[in-house]
Amino acid sequence: MSTPARRRLMRDFKKIQDDPPTGVSGAPTDHNIMVWNALIFGPENTPFEDGTFKLKIEFTEEYPNKPPSVKFVSTMFHPNVYADGGICLDILQNRWSPTYDVSSILTSIQSLLDEPNPNSPANNQAAQLYTDNRREYERKVAKVVEKSWNLEC
Amino acid sequence: MDSDDDYFEAEDESSLVEDEGRVSDDEGFLGDTMIVPDDPLGSGSKEEDVYPFVCLSAEQIVELMLEILNEVNDIVNIPHTTLRILLAHFNWDKELLLEKYYEYDGNPEQIFKDAHVISPFKLKSTCKTKGQSSRTDAECEICCSSYSRSFMTGLNCGHIFCKGCWSQYLRTKIMDEGMSQTIPCPAYKCEIIVDDEIVMCLISEKKVRMKYQHLMSNSFVECNSLLKWCPAPDCHHVIKVEYRDRQPVKCQCGRVFCFECSESWHDPVLCLHLKKWLKKCDDDSETSNWISANTKECPKCQVTIEKDGGCNHVICRSQTCKHEFCWVCLGPWDPHGASWYNCNRYNADDAKKARDVQQRSREMLQRYLFYCNRYMNHLQSLKFESKLYALVKRKMEEMQQLNMSWIEVQFLKKAVDVLCECRQTLMYTYVFAFFLNRNNQLLIFEDNQADMEKATETLSEYLERDITTASIREIKQKVQDKYRYCDSRRNVLLNHVHEGYDKDWWDYLDL
Repeated sequence: MSTPARRRLMRDFKKIQDDPPTGVSGAPTDHNIMVWNALIFGPENTPFEDGTFKLKIEFTEEYPNKPPSVKFVSTMFHPNVYADGGICLDILQNRWSPTYDVSSILTSIQSLLDEPNPNSPANNQAAQLYTDNRREYERKVAKVVEKSWNLEC
Repeated sequence: MDSDDDYFEAEDESSLVEDEGRVSDDEGFLGDTMIVPDDPLGSGSKEEDVYPFVCLSAEQIVELMLEILNEVNDIVNIPHTTLRILLAHFNWDKELLLEKYYEYDGNPEQIFKDAHVISPFKLKSTCKTKGQSSRTDAECEICCSSYSRSFMTGLNCGHIFCKGCWSQYLRTKIMDEGMSQTIPCPAYKCEIIVDDEIVMCLISEKKVRMKYQHLMSNSFVECNSLLKWCPAPDCHHVIKVEYRDRQPVKCQCGRVFCFECSESWHDPVLCLHLKKWLKKCDDDSETSNWISANTKECPKCQVTIEKDGGCNHVICRSQTCKHEFCWVCLGPWDPHGASWYNCNRYNADDAKKARDVQQRSREMLQRYLFYCNRYMNHLQSLKFESKLYALVKRKMEEMQQLNMSWIEVQFLKKAVDVLCECRQTLMYTYVFAFFLNRNNQLLIFEDNQADMEKATETLSEYLERDITTASIREIKQKVQDKYRYCDSRRNVLLNHVHEGYDKDWWDYLDL
């Protein structure tokens, strides 16, 4: 069954394969093109370096007019990531534009990793440590990086 | 004559503000009921300045919008669609727009930028750069499909998308997000605003078009300080005034409201105080007020205790606490011993402070309840107004059977009108007084209030009880005299309050 959302997701998939962005990857699940699994590699020279973080992206038929829901599956310690893995990022809410695609979503999240916005905290502890005690913050991040290697696929 | 007696009595009290002799304003009510728009409350206040307003229907709002557009366009001469966005940007304040437009020394580019539109003067060059050869197909960045250029469209910013994606996008913004005047171009980080022409061009579904037009009128009304939606449910009329003020306006649907705050007309109290009062009545905070006025906290475990006996030796019931203390001074019971009556000895500063706080809170609660009871009482009576109108209508029909003409029995309806007005005013006088410190002017106000309340209750009694028993000629005289008296007392009271506003008599409490 082909709907505008599904057709667009096929294009997104084709684009991410033909022109893969660095440090991120994503693909639809086997049986459902509306649900994707994605990976973000922690950017180099940041506390997240070497981490391989798993995410789940769920689209609705209103995509790309409405943003998909994006969640970290791997444990994450970041000022703008909620305990359930939900992400507080403007382009996934009010600043969404229908010209975004999966590649641009994933690269935006990747850059969010090292550029958190402590002013709209989703994780208070992380936001506080990020501003007040960077060393402890990095120690906690190192733990989730280590945890991300245990991939149970 | 009953009402005249009252009238002279009132005059004798030197503290009352001078009456304007409206009691003798004979038969004025007939005219009053006719000129509804000028005098929505029929208060007979012909001497006062009339607050000018008109009631507009949904279509008239659209006409008004066009009128303003044309008027401004005669001066600036730019495309309608662009001008509409500019006007919306300036909250439909055409003077402000013109001022700003010419302030930039004939270079209004900054205005266009601020309003997120492409300057119509730059238009041609932008079109050219994106023009490319119009024969090749182009890819829509939303659905990533290729279409012939004739199926692609866009705003003056040059971002083009296929018509299918456009209408989906607009539909989502209009129906789900309720946007109209501020929908941006779908392109990444492009803030150029979608104009109404392209929306109407791309949307064919009637429901969406209706909603869009409604949202446009709505934002026009909301941002125009001289327009107000009628607050009545399901009423789609708008009141237009010439200057903004705290004044009563009457919608075609019959609703009378304050133009400033959209609440029911609430003279004499100010919008600010009414808002505070309504919030206070809605809040559960009064429950906690009661708790703080009638209970004390155990000084050890802080559990709330209500005393149910006379003995001041209180033992906390909490199983884990069982603290023994003195209810009077809140100090521990032990040192009281035999001479506990002297517990002023243990008058530690904080124990004293705790008692003072409690005392104050209790007084505040009493005071609030005093005003609230009276306010609620009039509100309750007002709710019976429809019942009273029905009763009076029956009576009027009866009277017409008994050889009285239609015009002769209208006094009854007028009397109920006055009664309702008086009740409403009285209701708000308690809100007004609640926020005031005592001073001489407040004493005068309270005398006026008492006098008006007494007269109103008498009128109410005549209408509810006596009209069914007394002889018609007799009751007509009584009712007419009384409602004229009530009306005049109401004007005296309101004029006094208004004069106080002008002359700064009222000393507000910090509540």
